[in-house]
Amino acid sequence: MKQPSEGAKLTISLTVNGKPMELTVEPTERLLDTLRYRLGLPGAKEGCGEGECGACTVLLDGLPVNSCLVPTFQARGRHVESVESIAPGELAPMLRCGATQCGACTPGVVVTARWIQQHPELTVDRTPRELMAGNLCRCTGYDGIMDGLAEWMNAGADKGGAAS
Amino acid sequence: MKVHAPETLEQACAVLAQHAGALVPMAGATDLLVHWPGKQRDHDRAYLDLSGVAELRPLAWTDDSLKLGALTTYWDVLRDPQTARQFPMLIEAARQVGAVQIQTRGTWAGNIANGSPAADGVPVLMALDASVTLASTTGTRTVALADYYTGYRASVRRPEELIVSIEIPKRAYDITAFYKVGPRRAQAITKVGVAIAHASHAGGGGWRIVANSVAPTVCRCRSVESLLDEVGGKPFTAPDGFLTALRADVAPIDDIRSTAEYRLTVLARLLYHGLKGRTPSVA
Repeated sequence: MKQPSEGAKLTISLTVNGKPMELTVEPTERLLDTLRYRLGLPGAKEGCGEGECGACTVLLDGLPVNSCLVPTFQARGRHVESVESIAPGELAPMLRCGATQCGACTPGVVVTARWIQQHPELTVDRTPRELMAGNLCRCTGYDGIMDGLAEWMNAGADKGGAAS
Repeated sequence: MKVHAPETLEQACAVLAQHAGALVPMAGATDLLVHWPGKQRDHDRAYLDLSGVAELRPLAWTDDSLKLGALTTYWDVLRDPQTARQFPMLIEAARQVGAVQIQTRGTWAGNIANGSPAADGVPVLMALDASVTLASTTGTRTVALADYYTGYRASVRRPEELIVSIEIPKRAYDITAFYKVGPRRAQAITKVGVAIAHASHAGGGGWRIVANSVAPTVCRCRSVESLLDEVGGKPFTAPDGFLTALRADVAPIDDIRSTAEYRLTVLARLLYHGLKGRTPSVA
């Protein structure tokens, strides 16, 4: 990262959904806003803006984070994956089980759910429900989400393990 | 807003010294960025972003301790099998800090530095006799976490110093427990919480009772600790037995999350529940 002068913009390199890029951003910019308003990736939603609701969840170096709490300059040299990186066809189990209704929480829900689906080893010592606790939903009552995730994980297991 | 992004600890200390400590250290940013767009005053400050200082990230085991780096996250600890065996109470606390999205970003050192009396990472560290190492261009020093806070969001850390590590000594614990009470099980800020630890005196242990959200800082309850050490007294058979000692140790208030009365009452119940039948003084 180029060292800034007072209030100056910052130039950083990062990878978003597999695409390496160089960006010049405001130091105050949040990853959520960079994705939505600079990169045209509006999937991540701003719900609470305080790291509680999970609607803005993306993966940063493969781990779920609230993008409303990530200063974009901290994503320098890192890999960001937003909901746009998920092929719609993958979401069939979630749709079948009623995991989505109004859609506000859905992008964050499926980012976290897919992360769990790809890392079944996480469920050895924590339940899927605990791992999903950072994604609040006010429509489904959660059962549809948990059923969809269970079906999604079974589909992954049928194929001989987690996706790469 | 101005951001300094050093890549080594030496650079970080040098930049901090150049600015006479007038930079806000930033690790996982989970406290700093809450409701960020509306915080114009915070936008005008200067920050020291530590996230590029790779040497501060790893946790390390020695023969007699666990050392957390300044950038070690809750998730790093949750995924460390040796911590689960040696310090299960750290795992208990880490699981109750926010949810995964916070656990992957939030750091133990940031929880200490932020200085909230409701910090959930601090009571367990304090109950395990953790010490904090601070570094500056003039050298390093280590202070007991129990002596770190001097008042509400105030500490012995000088502005030109950075927390660089947290060390937790290995001890033979026969009792450890952590209880957090919030409005719901997940994703809640603590109304009252307590960490309990007991190790044999031979190993430098004894009782450690550390409460959060009941005083201007996370604090050790030394009157309760001495009470539990008293031999030959009549054992407590109800939570109320702790109230007199607790009133000497903590000073809960009414605020948006709870009331002083609720906090004191529940803290006494947590202690009773956690200790009943596990020590001769609580039956």
